[in-house]
Amino acid sequence: MLGIIRQKVGAGGASLLRTRSAVSALRSYSSAGKEMTVRDALNSALDEEMSADPKVFLMGEEVGEYQGAYKISKGLLEKYGPERVLDTPITEAGFTGIGVGAAYHGLRPVVEFMTFNFSMQAIDHIINSAAKSNYMSAGQISVPIVFRGPNGAAAGVGAQHSHCYASWYASCPGLKVLTPYSSEDARGLLKAAIRDPDPVVFLENELLYGESFPVSAEVLDSSFCLPIGKAKIEREGKDVTITAFSKMVGYALKAAEILAKEGISAEVINLRTIRPLDRSTINASVRKTNRLITVEEGFPQHGVGAEICTSVVEESFGYLDAPVERITGADVPMPYAANLERLAVPQVEDIVRAAKRACYRSVPMAAAA
Amino acid sequence: MALCMRKSPKLINHLKYRMGLFDMITPSSWNSTSSHHQEFPVTAPIAHTLGNPDADLSVKATLFSACRFKSTKPEKQLNSLNDADDNKVLDFPGGKVRFSPKMTFISESPEERTQCYRVLDDNGQLILGSNLVQVGKELAVKMYTDMITLQTMDTLFYEAQRQGRISFYLTTIGEEAINIATAAALTADDHVFPQYREPGVLLWRGFTLQEFANQCFVNKADHGKGRQMPIHYGSNKHNYFTVSSTIATQLPHAVGAAYALKMDRKDACAVTYFGDGGSSEGDFHAALNFAAVLEAPVIFICRNNGWAISTPTSDQFRSDGVVVRGSAYGVRSIRVDGNDALAIYGAVHAAHKMAITEHRPILIEALTYRVGHHSTSDDSTKYRSVDEIEWWKLAQDPVTRFRKWIESKDWWSSEAESEFRSSVRQQLLHAIQVAEKAEKPPVADIFTDVYDAPPSNLHEQEKLLRETIRRHPRDYPSDVPA
Repeated sequence: MLGIIRQKVGAGGASLLRTRSAVSALRSYSSAGKEMTVRDALNSALDEEMSADPKVFLMGEEVGEYQGAYKISKGLLEKYGPERVLDTPITEAGFTGIGVGAAYHGLRPVVEFMTFNFSMQAIDHIINSAAKSNYMSAGQISVPIVFRGPNGAAAGVGAQHSHCYASWYASCPGLKVLTPYSSEDARGLLKAAIRDPDPVVFLENELLYGESFPVSAEVLDSSFCLPIGKAKIEREGKDVTITAFSKMVGYALKAAEILAKEGISAEVINLRTIRPLDRSTINASVRKTNRLITVEEGFPQHGVGAEICTSVVEESFGYLDAPVERITGADVPMPYAANLERLAVPQVEDIVRAAKRACYRSVPMAAAA
Repeated sequence: MALCMRKSPKLINHLKYRMGLFDMITPSSWNSTSSHHQEFPVTAPIAHTLGNPDADLSVKATLFSACRFKSTKPEKQLNSLNDADDNKVLDFPGGKVRFSPKMTFISESPEERTQCYRVLDDNGQLILGSNLVQVGKELAVKMYTDMITLQTMDTLFYEAQRQGRISFYLTTIGEEAINIATAAALTADDHVFPQYREPGVLLWRGFTLQEFANQCFVNKADHGKGRQMPIHYGSNKHNYFTVSSTIATQLPHAVGAAYALKMDRKDACAVTYFGDGGSSEGDFHAALNFAAVLEAPVIFICRNNGWAISTPTSDQFRSDGVVVRGSAYGVRSIRVDGNDALAIYGAVHAAHKMAITEHRPILIEALTYRVGHHSTSDDSTKYRSVDEIEWWKLAQDPVTRFRKWIESKDWWSSEAESEFRSSVRQQLLHAIQVAEKAEKPPVADIFTDVYDAPPSNLHEQEKLLRETIRRHPRDYPSDVPA
């Protein structure tokens, strides 16, 4: 540890400051061009919400003493104590049920799954206890709980650690499903999720934790909050709409850069919320560009792209100039070998090619077969 | 090993004992011990001992060391060395553990099953020498009348289902004492997480007969807004969480709520009910384990009624019921006669105090019998004998037993009995009539409460539905209020 710090000092004073907590580090920065990693964004959001409301508490495996399996909850145990940051035994079914019970009574738990793959062991409580309780009890039992953790593919972790659950949870009425991309998304949406009276599934991405994004002073303010159910247009364009969420937003933006050089102006929509889906933003964009590509890492059947495509067909059919294409992960459990894994998830080139097909700049896949 | 020897003289003594050389080696000469060790043939005799499966290894080891070395030690002396010698304890992660050279397996079933606490005998007489929590006249009479009410409600609603007037019902016949006596020992602030065979708890707390009927007949006045099957009662006001069909999911919920109560420093606990079948669920394990670790004030009440639909307890588990599992999790437990209302009252009363003042979970296993069928969808004569059912119904009826006790105290009489029974029957019939005639829940109730505030897509769906009903009224039932 000391060796690392020494190296960072050599690199420059600013790097050393990053080893401290996000809030104190940022205060010592000068005014313009603040950046924040997604990890720090989540940590600061948790910290601020726990500070503002004593009913908020964090629960999960390794969240306390270990500072979080991915260090998202770093420093929180020390600051808030073991009554508000609970290290749980290894039982997702158990601690999810307990979190729901605590929420029934009026606390606001934030339940962390080490990855959402493990939430499968608790899915009964998420669906049957959390999602449906308000409805089944006719409004008498509300469940202000947040389930969060990394979702989807990481790197080289195989089939049981790479599944994307966005469409699983988004199909269930009673749940809200959020998928942040940038640090601004992470802060704003996590705060909104914790403050929301309904159960929220908050799908993060392990590979995004270490990525840095610029954040404005407004984003850093402790009252900052993003609206749930509102997508963001990350890049405006006029020729083709590309919808994406989580890590794929970054890929879509890179694809848009490449397409711009070839004269195709792509509009990139960062969905931010999967349920409720911001159908009006998506449809407004398609009515402008007349072409749509949906991008997701998860499996194709019954995926997010399928829902978006149906929404556009239902509401904006007449505006489409080309069939909607969905870019998804391959319909196989995630392989481990690095070369196979690369082929099993969407890459920037896949998005570029699809956009070109939609713009009739290349032969459609079916015709080429 | 050498380093350890230097640090601990106690360890040296231990080794000396093992080698039977207690008198012969002094600390200063320990270096020579290691060379001594090599002189003796160790492997062959041990192999001989291990090869014989019937060998009492500890005895063999003693004899072996006695034969190997010149000194002989009588067994008595060895034992005293064991006790005095605290080298035999090691501080493992998790705490100190005492070693033993005797290989003993903990038996899979105890010689005698855990005893069952009861204070009233089969004839409703107080058993001599019982430690009992006193119950006064008012409380006892309320307990008894609520048991009759529950019985009557069960009979009439069951009949209503058979007549096709409600779709489903399940009774608590045989478990009236568990329902009412547990409720009587709790306070209104205690949060109840039921399974589904505990409407008596809600009855005790003041849920009216009309409210029960409204839920079963699913009318506009139903607190559940018509969302759930019959018997899925729930009431925020009475701290009774809405019944959920999934088995045992309420157990970790109760622990979570208990934790919340503890954090809020409330003078109340969480109470949760489940059956013998529910104890097999993963949630049971997680809940008890967590409750012990979190030190949550929660009372787990198991209604071990012998049957989980058609599965008898012999196919459900092989442990001595559910009570023994408590200690496996570090949870204080008691087994109680589930048909003895006074015993149940006493046990829950004590558990309540312990849970709140000591911040600990308590497990109560109430042994009883499910006299009725699992539900109206079941005919239990298909998997158990009618004689068995009849015996429990007549010989062990908790209501009769309690009646005998309160009558012996002159707090009740047969006139009071027939008067009360006919009165409550009339009230129930009236409630059923009113509930049946009442309007059904409105269309708007399909769309509310999915979320805290209805999202736009549900507003649109509701608009669309109303439009469709308006345009095609003949396709929709006439009693659907718009």
